[in-house]
Amino acid sequence: MEILIAILAGVLMTTGVYNLLQKQILRIVIGTVLLSHGAHLFILTMGKLKRGQPPILMDGIENYADPLPQALILTSIVISFGITSLLLVLAYRTARENNTDNMEKLRGTENE
Amino acid sequence: MSNLAVLPIIIPLIAGIIVALFNSRVTITRTLTKLLSIVSLGVVSYVTLVVFTKGSIVLETGGWVAPYGIALVADPLAAILVLTTNIVAVACAFYAPYSLSLRQEQHYFYAFYFFLISGVSGAFLTGDLFNLFVFFEVLLMASYALIVLGGEKIQLRESIKYVLINLFSSILFVTAVAFIYGAVGTVNMAQIAERVQDVEQGGILTTVAILLFFVFATKAALFPLYYWMPNSYIVPNPVVSALFAALLTKVGIYSILRVFSLIFIHDTNLTHQFFIWVAGLSMIFGVIGALSTNNIKLIIAYNIIPAIGFIIMGIGVFNQDALSGSIYYLIHDMIIKTVLFLIVSVIAYVAGTSDLRKMGGLIHYYPLLGWLLFISAFVLAGIPPFSGFIGKFLLLKGALTNSEVAIVIITLLSSLLILYSVMKIFIRGFWGEKDESGKYEKKSIKGFIGPIVLLLAFSVFLGVGAEFIYPSIESISAYLLDPQLYIDSVLKE
Repeated sequence: MEILIAILAGVLMTTGVYNLLQKQILRIVIGTVLLSHGAHLFILTMGKLKRGQPPILMDGIENYADPLPQALILTSIVISFGITSLLLVLAYRTARENNTDNMEKLRGTENE
Repeated sequence: MSNLAVLPIIIPLIAGIIVALFNSRVTITRTLTKLLSIVSLGVVSYVTLVVFTKGSIVLETGGWVAPYGIALVADPLAAILVLTTNIVAVACAFYAPYSLSLRQEQHYFYAFYFFLISGVSGAFLTGDLFNLFVFFEVLLMASYALIVLGGEKIQLRESIKYVLINLFSSILFVTAVAFIYGAVGTVNMAQIAERVQDVEQGGILTTVAILLFFVFATKAALFPLYYWMPNSYIVPNPVVSALFAALLTKVGIYSILRVFSLIFIHDTNLTHQFFIWVAGLSMIFGVIGALSTNNIKLIIAYNIIPAIGFIIMGIGVFNQDALSGSIYYLIHDMIIKTVLFLIVSVIAYVAGTSDLRKMGGLIHYYPLLGWLLFISAFVLAGIPPFSGFIGKFLLLKGALTNSEVAIVIITLLSSLLILYSVMKIFIRGFWGEKDESGKYEKKSIKGFIGPIVLLLAFSVFLGVGAEFIYPSIESISAYLLDPQLYIDSVLKE
């Protein structure tokens, strides 16, 4: 199970990086979303995936699901959700103001 | 008592919320900002005093005992950096009303300013690796808002790159934390350090260490990951640029210092030797960048890179003198970069351009500004008795003890070129014939000068009063060289 999810995270990361290297801003944003999904799956995998195990609620439980990765992943998801929405607005405004969504044309060398 | 550790984070946070409520009434927010930033400075000074007299303050939030909950650790290094942050913040609070347009002020500048301070203080104080990520995001979120404040064409263009590169490195940060959690089963820095010590840092942990270094190096703008920095630092409002130059890259370098003096210290031949190479290349490329341009703001922005290089060199050499030098230089650089950014933006304001080729003879109109720039160029380059000299002297002494001769030569050469690159602004901008065409009719710059003089005076004091400050810095570097002190103070065994 861990290996499967690790491979899935790897696939997400690869597609994310591929999209990140595109010229169109929207593709780049999608790339960052995929990358963060990969990272989140990866955190979950690191805490060992065990099905049907209880959380630690009382003393004496030997076999339990690790609560820490779940707390970490939740924090991380909320943050990346916020940043993605900010990034979308920013991308929209940038494309509107500069009349292009092509990163090649957004280089900006005139003030060097 | 231990609750003191949370005050530097929570005071700016509450202040940010309060000023957000009054956002449309600018006179109230201005006064409140000045008042609250001074209150924050006062409280932080007291916390620092307590830390230096009675030892580190460890706060276990929510009463969860150290390795399980999130610990805030106000140790001497964190305390002194939070203090410097607040000094810079006060100066910027007094400078901001003169520099910002009314529209920018009403678009929550002051609220985001406080959130930025809160995030930076949190990043310095936290004792938990994942929490460090969270505070990075807090300060980055505030910085995203500040960098686009005003919403000009060029600002939007540069800030999207800024957001993307920071987002990418944040994702890598999360991945690296996941790796560490998978390898040692904890995210508490003291416990990670203890466990890495137990397993003697094998190949996997060193790989994770380099991944973490990559993340922090992106935030700190080290070679070869600095390309996003200079252009995006000059587009926002000058006071925002000054805050960024003082705080953001320094948080990255602080994280490297913390992680590689506490946790990953068992394979120094590989990691720390690598730092020295990176340091040398950062100095060379940063200085070349500074020399290559005629835009005065860009010159100062490029000068951030060699400064970061000097600091990482001390971490790479890793002995008492070099680490003292790094810490000294870190504090010195936070102050002087703010001063330089503020001065340069005043020059750009009075000259009406930031292109050096289009200005000249400013000394006839603004003599005080010229001499302030002159002194700060000396402070930056490290001419004795100023603070840059003390930092560099300690760094070089440390490097020579370890017989790293090549890096010493590069450091000296790049210091000389740094002096030249800033002097170029003085020579080309201030010297020259008096311009009679009325291009530089006397503009009032009184409001700008106050904060600059105060900060510069503090910077000069750092150098001239070295005898008074050096013992504390030395005690910090001795403390960093013995990670067991940090581990014991958090885990209390």
